[in-house]
Amino acid sequence: MEPSVQTEALSKRYGGRTVVRDLHLIVRPGEVYGFLGPNGAGKTTTLRMLLGLVRPSAGTVRLFGRPPGAGRLADVGALIEGPAFYPYLSGRDNLRVLARHAGVGMDRVALVLDLVHLADRADDRYAGYSLGMKQRLGVAAALLRDPRLLVLDEPTNGLDPAGMADMRQLIRRLGAGGRTVLVASHLLGEVEQICDRVGVIAGGRLVAEGSIAQLRGAVGLWVLADPLDAAVAHARTLVGTERVRVVGGGLELSVAPERAAWLNTELVTAGVAVRELRPRERDLEQVFFDLVEKGTADVA
Amino acid sequence: MSRSFSAEIVKLVRRPSCWLLLGIALVTSLTFTYVLPYASIRSGTGGPNSDRTLPMLLPDQLVGNSLGGLPIFLGAIVLIIGVLVVGSEYGWDTWKTVLSQGPSRLEVYAGKVLALAAAALVVVLAVFAVGAVAGTLIAVTESQPVRWPSIDDLLAGVGAGWLIAVTWTMLGVVLAVAMRSVALPVGLGLVWMLAVQNLLAGVAAPLLDWVAQVQKGLPGPNAGSLVAALGAPRDTPGVAVVVGAGQAVLVLAVYLIAFVLLAALLLRRRDIG
Repeated sequence: MEPSVQTEALSKRYGGRTVVRDLHLIVRPGEVYGFLGPNGAGKTTTLRMLLGLVRPSAGTVRLFGRPPGAGRLADVGALIEGPAFYPYLSGRDNLRVLARHAGVGMDRVALVLDLVHLADRADDRYAGYSLGMKQRLGVAAALLRDPRLLVLDEPTNGLDPAGMADMRQLIRRLGAGGRTVLVASHLLGEVEQICDRVGVIAGGRLVAEGSIAQLRGAVGLWVLADPLDAAVAHARTLVGTERVRVVGGGLELSVAPERAAWLNTELVTAGVAVRELRPRERDLEQVFFDLVEKGTADVA
Repeated sequence: MSRSFSAEIVKLVRRPSCWLLLGIALVTSLTFTYVLPYASIRSGTGGPNSDRTLPMLLPDQLVGNSLGGLPIFLGAIVLIIGVLVVGSEYGWDTWKTVLSQGPSRLEVYAGKVLALAAAALVVVLAVFAVGAVAGTLIAVTESQPVRWPSIDDLLAGVGAGWLIAVTWTMLGVVLAVAMRSVALPVGLGLVWMLAVQNLLAGVAAPLLDWVAQVQKGLPGPNAGSLVAALGAPRDTPGVAVVVGAGQAVLVLAVYLIAFVLLAALLLRRRDIG
């Protein structure tokens, strides 16, 4: 099956400044893909290139296997860099205008307004909407054509905690229906909660890609055992002194997590009571900062 | 393109500022073409329009009276409409919203051009309609015969008015696309129409022959020449015979096509956002 999104060596330069460089991105059909990166990393420029709003300086974009040209956005809905509508029209009339541009029936307008829980305020002027309502109207517009691919750029920007939770729930619901969702965000927690797979962009380059678990990686084992001194001594004879550290009343072992069963057996046989033994994961935030720092340093 | 056209028509019709500008156009036209000259005639006082006589306000002069404002004042108003319709898409960042719905840039642009052409026609027809009512009222009040221009003259007048109005509208469009905003294009457009054109015609052209020659290729003097040929009062600012009517139509048509193509080219080539 063709990827929903595929970019090859995609780059964008503004004068002497390269904001996206050699980007190879693949978003598979039906997945919720998180496009994670700090502000200014090149996320929005990439999304704008996907939609044809910005011309790439080099490289190609394919959506559902289709190259740029007429009809490329036929199965795509998007909310890019915040909602933007006509302030003198109501929410409903804004969607009606867009429905005309899109060539979809007016029945879709009521349907998407219901979907984002905006039906009761749909006849108010857009200028009077709260930021949360504007964001929801933006998602409604993106859903007008019932797209197979939904591109959402920072969809929870400016929302209060309840609004953010609502928006995440909505995105999960939309993704659960077999639709591909590409969510760009600088919020780790958001991406962790809603995305199947994540690409991390820094300095305009994709510096890592995989599931959240893969990105965290498992860097060793964590052991709580009694008596601690005996556990430390025996562990050092088993894996080497330099691979064992005592931290907060436990042991951090720099060994492959797959060796957990072997380590457990060895410690127990040596008369050490193992109270806890689990893979040691890296803190996601630290992973993110490391990746961003590495990506930015590579570019520099 | 018809989808974009219908969407643009809805936006135009629902936009309060468009109605405000139409209202200003009609009030301006009515005031300076009929109300003030008629008041002057009734009171027997002089003034800027003191050359106007009662026969010049009657319905048979409808074509010239309706076209008189287009080279400058009404032209400025339709230029603002052109800037608003295109420049606001940059100001509100709505290009991305519209284009994300699938239509191509040129499709949306063509819809806008057609909608603006329709709006320019509405403005011209409304000015004619208000002029017809005002002329009739004056004729009835003054016990003068109500005679109308021939259909041919009316059609030629409306056609010429529409050509001038749509040319100024497209100047507004090209300025808005070039500057990707509203305020600066409106400001520059008005400076050109209200100040530079008048200075060129009133100050520079009489002094320098080459300026007088250059004027023959500018849209304002050609618009002024066209409406003068169709009977617009010569004491109206911007109305003067600089070239013949045929050349004026040709020059305006060239400007119109150039503005449409230049804006399309810029819109197609540049990044959005």
